[in-house]
Amino acid sequence: MSQYKWPYENEIGLEEHLECDVLVLGGGLAGTFAAIAAARRGKSVILVEKGTTARAGSAGSGFDHWESACTNPGSKIKPKEMAEAYINEQDHYSNGIAHYIECREGWDRLLDIESFGGKIRDTEDEFAGADFRDEKTKLMYAYDYTNRYTLRVWGTGYKPALYNECKRLGVKILDRTEATSLLTRKEGSQIIGVGACCMDVHTGKFYTISARATILAMSRPARVWLFNPDLPGLCEFRPLNSIGSGHAMGYRAGMEFTMMEKSVRGEFSAAGRSYPPYSTGNNHNTWYGATMVDARGVEVPYLDRDGNELKTVRERFHPAPGQKFFLKGGVIDEPKYEYRGPETMSWPELAKRGYKLPLYADLSRMPEMERKAIWGMMVGNEGRTKIPVLQYYTEKGFDPEKHMMQSYGTGWQSANFLGQERQLFGAPGGVITDWNLMTNIQGIFAAGDQLYAMDCGGAASATGYYAGRKAAQYAGDHELYPYSKEQASEEKERLLAPLTNQGSMGWKELNFAISKCMQNYCAEIKCEELLKEGLDLLNTFSRDYVPQLHCENPHDLMRTHEVLDILEVSKMILEACRMRKSSSAPLCFQRSDYPEMDPQEDRKFITIRQVDGKAVRGEMPHDYYGDVEKMYEKYNQDYINGEAKQYYE
Amino acid sequence: MNKKELYASEIPCSANPITYNEQLCIGCNRCAVSCQSDVLVPSVEKGRHPIVMYPGECIYCGSCVMDCPVPGAIHLEHPLMNRTKFVPVKPKP
Repeated sequence: MSQYKWPYENEIGLEEHLECDVLVLGGGLAGTFAAIAAARRGKSVILVEKGTTARAGSAGSGFDHWESACTNPGSKIKPKEMAEAYINEQDHYSNGIAHYIECREGWDRLLDIESFGGKIRDTEDEFAGADFRDEKTKLMYAYDYTNRYTLRVWGTGYKPALYNECKRLGVKILDRTEATSLLTRKEGSQIIGVGACCMDVHTGKFYTISARATILAMSRPARVWLFNPDLPGLCEFRPLNSIGSGHAMGYRAGMEFTMMEKSVRGEFSAAGRSYPPYSTGNNHNTWYGATMVDARGVEVPYLDRDGNELKTVRERFHPAPGQKFFLKGGVIDEPKYEYRGPETMSWPELAKRGYKLPLYADLSRMPEMERKAIWGMMVGNEGRTKIPVLQYYTEKGFDPEKHMMQSYGTGWQSANFLGQERQLFGAPGGVITDWNLMTNIQGIFAAGDQLYAMDCGGAASATGYYAGRKAAQYAGDHELYPYSKEQASEEKERLLAPLTNQGSMGWKELNFAISKCMQNYCAEIKCEELLKEGLDLLNTFSRDYVPQLHCENPHDLMRTHEVLDILEVSKMILEACRMRKSSSAPLCFQRSDYPEMDPQEDRKFITIRQVDGKAVRGEMPHDYYGDVEKMYEKYNQDYINGEAKQYYE
Repeated sequence: MNKKELYASEIPCSANPITYNEQLCIGCNRCAVSCQSDVLVPSVEKGRHPIVMYPGECIYCGSCVMDCPVPGAIHLEHPLMNRTKFVPVKPKP
């Protein structure tokens, strides 16, 4: 094993203090849009990103469709109708505020991206005449071609464009800098955000940043149940950097979360268990509408919601007779009858009829435009597809007119996971906010995957921008408060400890142990005793093994900090699971000791926050955010009567 | 705090995700900047390709290849166990 002298400057122990109006933590879609919104309002903005902003975040390498852009010129669905459909579809375990913002402002953000140089239209007329293309606007639609509320987009160029716009607007970007903790002060029982601590992951330099307003725009947690020390980069669907540090630092600071008891059986990516996302033949999301065949070459029928077999490919993209619209997309799995779109016949029924595994996606049987839209446009622009799927398999000889891609498992998941192999996926838990996207910590806002029950890039972009303008407004009304030197020095000590302590445990050993603990004690079926044992074990890790963590450079230090955050979030999940004393279908939550499913009295959001080291339970009714349209309009007259108008001239 | 000497070691894993074409690579380190996992560390020798320091942390996103100014200078390869199978289409029975 070759050893090298660390190639970056050694700034371990050095400190720098910065100040700004609006501090954005996380440089993905939500974070860059938040920074742009605040900078457009003349605020001084600092954006902190652990990777490099031009490619950071879940959509860094691309994305292929923009969901629920209900105000685009082709849409036949109103924002309120779509947001309420999502809320209803998810049995009200949905983020009504964020979904409505997505439906109402998503199109505005897509036009912003176009103005930054991103491609949102088929300007080269490559798909002229296709059923899914509007000839006048050259917009391309996905899924429901009748109602045209979700767009196919060329997302590989979006993050570099957003990065350039941030720079143009004078946002100070700290790349390769991890945000590690929130700086707070207290007024009575009210916690108030005053900034954050960060560390340069190349040099080890420690930052304190004072801000009038702070926006958490970091990822959902990952590597909680799924870990592989050999190929940690392939453990999860989201990028390796996206592990929920925002959740961890929020929880440590007293932030309120909800739906943290929800986890789902793994769906994508785990080293050894699955294949590169979007490379396998399937009929979901990026590959929606693909013709599927069995091992004999017999076509798998698509059915409408009444079980009628669809005769043409075209029918897969239009609602059933008498149905206004259907839902498809990232978080939509098996929707209710009202919103159910065309779907391939289920595997049990296929098996009964003599269909043989494996299944394949056979694009050669599809019309040319549909084939090219899946293989070439969607696969080619979705995250992690341009090089690792489109280019890779093309170079290996794959020709969509001559070959078919195998499906693993029996549906779209690209693998069969076990019940204990879980992920925070399918609109998982996160921060709960008010209509300003402000958290219970005053002056700290949340956007994107940081919020509970979030899904796609359009939602991240729309909530990011929204949080940016609310934070800018807040910053205009509030002073810069001095931060506590004690808080900062404690954090610095915590961050640097693994470089100097005498232990020999690496971050992978602890991450592996946490994931095994969670698989054992927080699996598909939960009970109080198991959950308590899990917490006991995690507390043992904190007490006995965290002090033994050791590393040699700032990169490993960053990974070590991530695992400390995973440990924090795992405890929050176990505590949240203990708080719900019934089972719930929409939350994919089963308890052997409380088997009753969704009793009326528990149909509400259970919230969790930490006070003096103890998990504190709270509750919110499902409809706490009120009528989504009325409330949005109450809070956003300035935007509606000002900035928004330019997008609809 | 006393300055601790910092080291990095190539952490081997069972896969070999990124290889460079020595003839084509101009050593500009754009790939190292694009890599979100910070898998790549600039070479101490000017003009040489970066060192693949943490291959196990590669997420196979292809950003390094996308942002590389010289086509063909970087090759991304999936682990053998992660290569999706494709077969010739079958005639409709």
